[in-house]
Amino acid sequence: MSAQSLPQPAATKRSLPKINPVYVLVVALILAIIVMNPAFGEPTGYMNFLKRVTALAILSAGALYVIVSGGFDLSVGSIMTLTVIGSSMLASNDPNSTYWIIPLMLGIGAVIGLINGLVVSYLKVPSLIATLGMMITLNGVAFMWSGGAPRGYLPDTFRFFGRYNITDVPVITLLPIAVICLVVFGVILWWGMHRTNFGRMLHAVGDNQQAARLAGVPVERVRISAFVVSALTAVLAGVILGGRAGVSVDIGSGFELQAITAAVIGGAQLLGGRGSVPATISGALALEAIFTLLNLLGLAQPVRLVVQGLILIGAVALATYQRKRSGR
Amino acid sequence: MGNLTREEDVKKFILAAAAFGMLTGAAFSQAPNFDDPAEFAKQREQLTATFNGPADQMYVQYAGDSMVDTSAFKKDAPWTVCFSNAGVNNPWRVVGFTNMTEEVKLHPEIGTFTHVDAEGSDDKQIADIDDLLAGGNCSVLIVSPNSTAALTPAVEKACAAGLPVIVFDRGVTTDCPVTFVHPVGGYGFGIQAAEHIIANVPAGGKVLMLRILPGVDVLETRASGARNMFKEAGLTVLGEEFTDGDNAKTKSIVEDYLQRGTIDAVWMDAGATAVAAVEAFEDQGVDVPVVTGEDQQDYLQKWRDLGFKGIAPTYPSYQWRTAIIAAVQTLKGEPVPGPEWVLPQPAITQDVLDQYINEKMPPLHYAMCGCEDMPTYPNAWGGTE
Repeated sequence: MSAQSLPQPAATKRSLPKINPVYVLVVALILAIIVMNPAFGEPTGYMNFLKRVTALAILSAGALYVIVSGGFDLSVGSIMTLTVIGSSMLASNDPNSTYWIIPLMLGIGAVIGLINGLVVSYLKVPSLIATLGMMITLNGVAFMWSGGAPRGYLPDTFRFFGRYNITDVPVITLLPIAVICLVVFGVILWWGMHRTNFGRMLHAVGDNQQAARLAGVPVERVRISAFVVSALTAVLAGVILGGRAGVSVDIGSGFELQAITAAVIGGAQLLGGRGSVPATISGALALEAIFTLLNLLGLAQPVRLVVQGLILIGAVALATYQRKRSGR
Repeated sequence: MGNLTREEDVKKFILAAAAFGMLTGAAFSQAPNFDDPAEFAKQREQLTATFNGPADQMYVQYAGDSMVDTSAFKKDAPWTVCFSNAGVNNPWRVVGFTNMTEEVKLHPEIGTFTHVDAEGSDDKQIADIDDLLAGGNCSVLIVSPNSTAALTPAVEKACAAGLPVIVFDRGVTTDCPVTFVHPVGGYGFGIQAAEHIIANVPAGGKVLMLRILPGVDVLETRASGARNMFKEAGLTVLGEEFTDGDNAKTKSIVEDYLQRGTIDAVWMDAGATAVAAVEAFEDQGVDVPVVTGEDQQDYLQKWRDLGFKGIAPTYPSYQWRTAIIAAVQTLKGEPVPGPEWVLPQPAITQDVLDQYINEKMPPLHYAMCGCEDMPTYPNAWGGTE
């Protein structure tokens, strides 16, 4: 049982401390980008990059909670869509609306996460199906709400989080609000996963549900909480992505799989029990870096897709191989 | 944008096309040609041609003099107008379908308006048309085909059943319908945007082409039309990138290109993500160069507010009104422009920009809707008075 095996490098005498390959991958990709395009080393270059990756990074770190508990959350993309569509519908261009809309959306997110968790825990519907159903439902709700086309804009106060930069900062010149959000929520999610009793129980449930139950872990409550965390981070990701890019009717589609991919690149185990928040955030960085690098290489889109797919498979295969060898 | 935004539509379309191709094997003679010089020249000419009909009602104007005799279809009211719709799955189609339902209200002779939505699926649309025919209540059938090849047999079947058929937006490869209503076309769209860019960037300027997806006829012709013109004018195309109609992706692509060097113009095959492209320049603190778009409100307003050199070619959504008008004329036995009813396809330029901006309308309302003269405007389109 791996409640004790938190992702710290196993200090054995025979081998060097293991570094999660995702960190190597990110550093390598970023170096390659800088070599290709020195402008990336300037603050506008890397800050834009971080700004771009923030929504996915926060989303993946939240989705990791469900993955570590042994489930999947496919509804997160549709929660992002609902957040953006709902906010634009409610805002009706009133800059003051942001202060109640974001809390309201977080409330809606919490309810959705709660429903996901209850359905999985008590109705015993596999999480893949339960959240797939939720995804379809929420996409339908967003479509009905908007009538198929956005009916409003997001006010600048709402877009502040995803779009605006603090300028004239010493050393780094500019600091996007999104990057501050990334750091703040990244630390909160890291703390929750790796420094609390809840985090330990999450690992225990994902690793061996029966054992966890026998050890006195409130399995249902832990599971439900994981879905709530995941849904809340999806709302935050929606706020940031909507802020960065504006309203579109299917803004979140595809993000659920990207979030899972980022977690897996970061070494998370798909059936639960293992996963790290910093590594997952690095996984998100790696995904976006692959995209940027291939773009810089000027490859045609089909070639880019092939290379992107191969790098993904390679990264996960390497992570799995390393894990097997280290016996963790 | 034009009529296909959502990826799944296109995936289904491609799958259906592939399946159809496999079934018919080498006999599949309708190989798509998205770079047809004759069609290119024809559409280029039509852009500046004079159209017949009242100048203030573009939705009833038509090119050429050829008319179809419909006296055989004359029928006493009330009529049942049946409409098989490819889908209402993007903002352009939402606006168009509203145009259509509001137009229906203007004709008291239409007793029943039956709408079936194929949700972007060829199979469902074929089944829908079968059901409508089996029901036997339709006086006329309007079809907005999901894809050309797959829907042709279904349309032929409806013609064979003796129904007058009106096709609009995307076409079919049979001339059995009474008429095929459509604006000038994809090449025309590409030409208008490209001409504007060529006129406004210095010789040898660098153009980034942003496209939604490959493989869709109405979008491919826009791109090939523009590409030809850029080549002719000696402009450098920095790249052709696919955005999937996604704002975030569009913004990232433009940012990446900006990091690598300057961009003199952005050409877009559809306007839904034009604002995201403009914001990429804005957020980098770079002057916004020529960025082409389409007639949706968010782009028009951004263009006015920032004062860059924009242009909005259109794929007018008023053709949805025209389809109803054609059906009504057919059932009255009046001559209808045909076998193709070619509608004007104006571009919104700086001179007329202000008259198309209406801040009370939703951001993705398509301004070239020809709907301002209807009694339910603007509320029915989501606007406020």
